[in-house]
Amino acid sequence: MIYDRQSGQLKQMHAALSTIVWPVQAVVNAPHAMLLWAEDKLVTHTALVSENDTLKDNLRQTDAELQQYAALEQENMRLRALLQAAPHVQGRVSLAELLAADLDPFRHLVVIDQGGHDGVYEGQTVLDENGIVGQVTRVDPLTAEVTLVSDPSQAIQVEVNRTGLRTLAVGGAELEQLTLPYLTNAADVKEGDLLVSSGLGGHYPPGYPVAVVTHFERDPAEPFARVTARASADLSHGHTVLLYWPPAPLPEITISKKPTVAAPPPGKPVRRKKP
Amino acid sequence: MRDLTPPRGVSIIVASFLAALVLTIWPLPHWAEMFRPAWVVLVTLYWCLWLPQRIGVITAFLAGLLLDTLTGTLLGEHALAMVLVAWCALWMHLQVRVYPWWQQAVVVLCIMLVYSFVLFWVDGILGYTLGAGLRWTPTVVTALVWPWVSLVLARVQQRYHVS
Repeated sequence: MIYDRQSGQLKQMHAALSTIVWPVQAVVNAPHAMLLWAEDKLVTHTALVSENDTLKDNLRQTDAELQQYAALEQENMRLRALLQAAPHVQGRVSLAELLAADLDPFRHLVVIDQGGHDGVYEGQTVLDENGIVGQVTRVDPLTAEVTLVSDPSQAIQVEVNRTGLRTLAVGGAELEQLTLPYLTNAADVKEGDLLVSSGLGGHYPPGYPVAVVTHFERDPAEPFARVTARASADLSHGHTVLLYWPPAPLPEITISKKPTVAAPPPGKPVRRKKP
Repeated sequence: MRDLTPPRGVSIIVASFLAALVLTIWPLPHWAEMFRPAWVVLVTLYWCLWLPQRIGVITAFLAGLLLDTLTGTLLGEHALAMVLVAWCALWMHLQVRVYPWWQQAVVVLCIMLVYSFVLFWVDGILGYTLGAGLRWTPTVVTALVWPWVSLVLARVQQRYHVS
């Protein structure tokens, strides 16, 4: 049966079972949902006014920053055209709520309240307002299971935002913690460096924040430096996530080939690459 | 003999399993997750010990499948472990019934070791080898919780005449 599952034969059965257990999930989620509802309803007028004020302030600030963004995007497009690189295209996002449920404590999984009926697909990128949360690993009719980037089975292609150095960030046992096992001792990485997704491999969209380097230790006896990073997205306390829809159907990537043919635009300058 | 009477209290048994499933995925703080007893195992053990003519390997298998679906593990992982649990319980239910509570807890500990080992083994094959030291805390907690759970379930069984 286990091998059957690995060959993907039991997906139908899993979908049926998940519909059976959906009421259990709903029951578990109910107090949480009621709490959120009560928070919405039992809020005072002054609190609403002050929240409205802060939101307006935030919106003004964001708008001001966005003014520059339009100009920057134009500039970026021109520069990319000069380099004959493929232009960046934005995908769209839609909201999904996390169901309050604890899953297997040795994996970093969450369940969202949207599933196959809402068009969620396996491998879809999940974001929150701060960065990449993870990817959808199982789609059931009413719910979907998201594996967080800090799960021990996950690895994500990242790029140090400051230098453009590309590497892999892999998950581990700790929630919200990623390790970068393939950085040499000579690598130009500092604590506080932002890691963004590089889009290599074509799985995650490029340019979204993934983690911030929290610890960098050079050990001359080891070939690689010891680097840990903290996920930018709020993996432990968030309620709402964003499902990312790529702008166009992703080009078919043949797995048998080297993954380098997938995403990177040709002619993109590689400033530093580890030997 | 009770075996000749028609089965009673199916809804109570189903409700106890549902309660166990709810408790299994009830959100807890991150640090407390490791101390969550295996509720479904406790309920299965109780019914296997006291109603072996009705609850057995098949029920355990179905409960394990639901548990797999709920916790997002490989379909069949918990089912396999639960089948072993039920089989152990059925195999020695006559002896365990007459044991004092602390001896029953020791038996539960041994059965939970089998259960945890199967999960650990399957996860090891899948590559989830992290947190190996923490896998044994639920085992101990489950054994410690057993006397109270069996007490509560015994009350429920008496109250609703489940047979």
